[in-house]
Amino acid sequence: MSDASLNASRAQTRDAQPKDAGFGDFFALLKPRVMSLVVFTALVGLLAAPVSVHPVVGFTAILFIAIGGGASGALNMWWDADIDRIMKRTKGRPIPAGRITEGEAFGFGIALSAISVVMLGLATNFVAAGLLAFTIFFYVVVYSMWLKRWTPQNIVIGGAAGAFPPMIGWAAATGGVSIESVLMFTLIFMWTPPHFWALALFMKSDYDEAGVPMLTSTHGRRVTRNHILAYTILLVPVSFALAFTSIGGPTYIVAAVLLNALFLRGAWTIWRRDEVAAEADGYATEKKVFKHSLYYLFGLFVAILVDATLRGMDIAPFASGSF
Amino acid sequence: MSFRKPHEIHTRRFSRNMGLGLVLAAFVALVFGLTVAKVSQDEFAVPDTVKGANYGQN
Repeated sequence: MSDASLNASRAQTRDAQPKDAGFGDFFALLKPRVMSLVVFTALVGLLAAPVSVHPVVGFTAILFIAIGGGASGALNMWWDADIDRIMKRTKGRPIPAGRITEGEAFGFGIALSAISVVMLGLATNFVAAGLLAFTIFFYVVVYSMWLKRWTPQNIVIGGAAGAFPPMIGWAAATGGVSIESVLMFTLIFMWTPPHFWALALFMKSDYDEAGVPMLTSTHGRRVTRNHILAYTILLVPVSFALAFTSIGGPTYIVAAVLLNALFLRGAWTIWRRDEVAAEADGYATEKKVFKHSLYYLFGLFVAILVDATLRGMDIAPFASGSF
Repeated sequence: MSFRKPHEIHTRRFSRNMGLGLVLAAFVALVFGLTVAKVSQDEFAVPDTVKGANYGQN
């Protein structure tokens, strides 16, 4: 049974029940799966920074960055409730399923946004808090309200919202923005389009019915394949640039060489294929590249973390200034 | 004395109230922990009070 049909059947079951949200419904508004990426990348940004942070302060920072990310997810669900009711994949969400009203989701999202920004500012500094506030604004206003229904490039520019967390984590530790944090941002920013478009090629989505322009339908699948290759090529120098900053190290270099080679090969294969070949093998290559793209980002951030840990232990090839 | 099985709606409300209670308790604990961590740091200094508010030490 697919996720979509499972969500739809859950929605039908819950529609029959009286409206009264449980704790889990409010938690679902925070988009927990997206939050996990936010937590991981923000944590790497915080730990890779050259300033040590008290563990309680660090925990508080990551918690409120995650809550801020979740709050923007709740506000996104409030704004997109109309299209969530149309698409099978999203019909089971708390608002379209009738368990939470749009007003409740809006109030919940606004309250959590304010709490997370204020608490992050008090726990760390107001540069980090300002970046978190901007991220929430960017995701809700720039992406959800403006770009998402207007241009097929929505995912490119909107991807910036998902790229901010390591920058916020870094700012929480250092109190500022530097080349390292800008490059971590750029890495996620450039990674998002090929990652998402690889998914769009094999997921038969109902975005068209909902009136959301996606590159696969507005410009066709050939153009989407061209875009995947172009963005993957542009991603390579960005990922290698990080290796030559203070957070780069031998582990990162090795990971970047291997992961870029894999991702580039996948993007090249996607570019060379056409729809006939893709349909013949059930989009096997596109699915593989999508999976590799997840390993790619996870692997590079783990490598940053490993180098930071080894540098902290003052092991010779990793010690600061020796690379 | 009879114990009726609670209606599903009451179970949901209970889960929501219990969750909210736990979140608030965790928030209080977090603010307390954060305060202890902040005042324990070496660079911590009591902020300057408003001039003239030194409570009798003129």
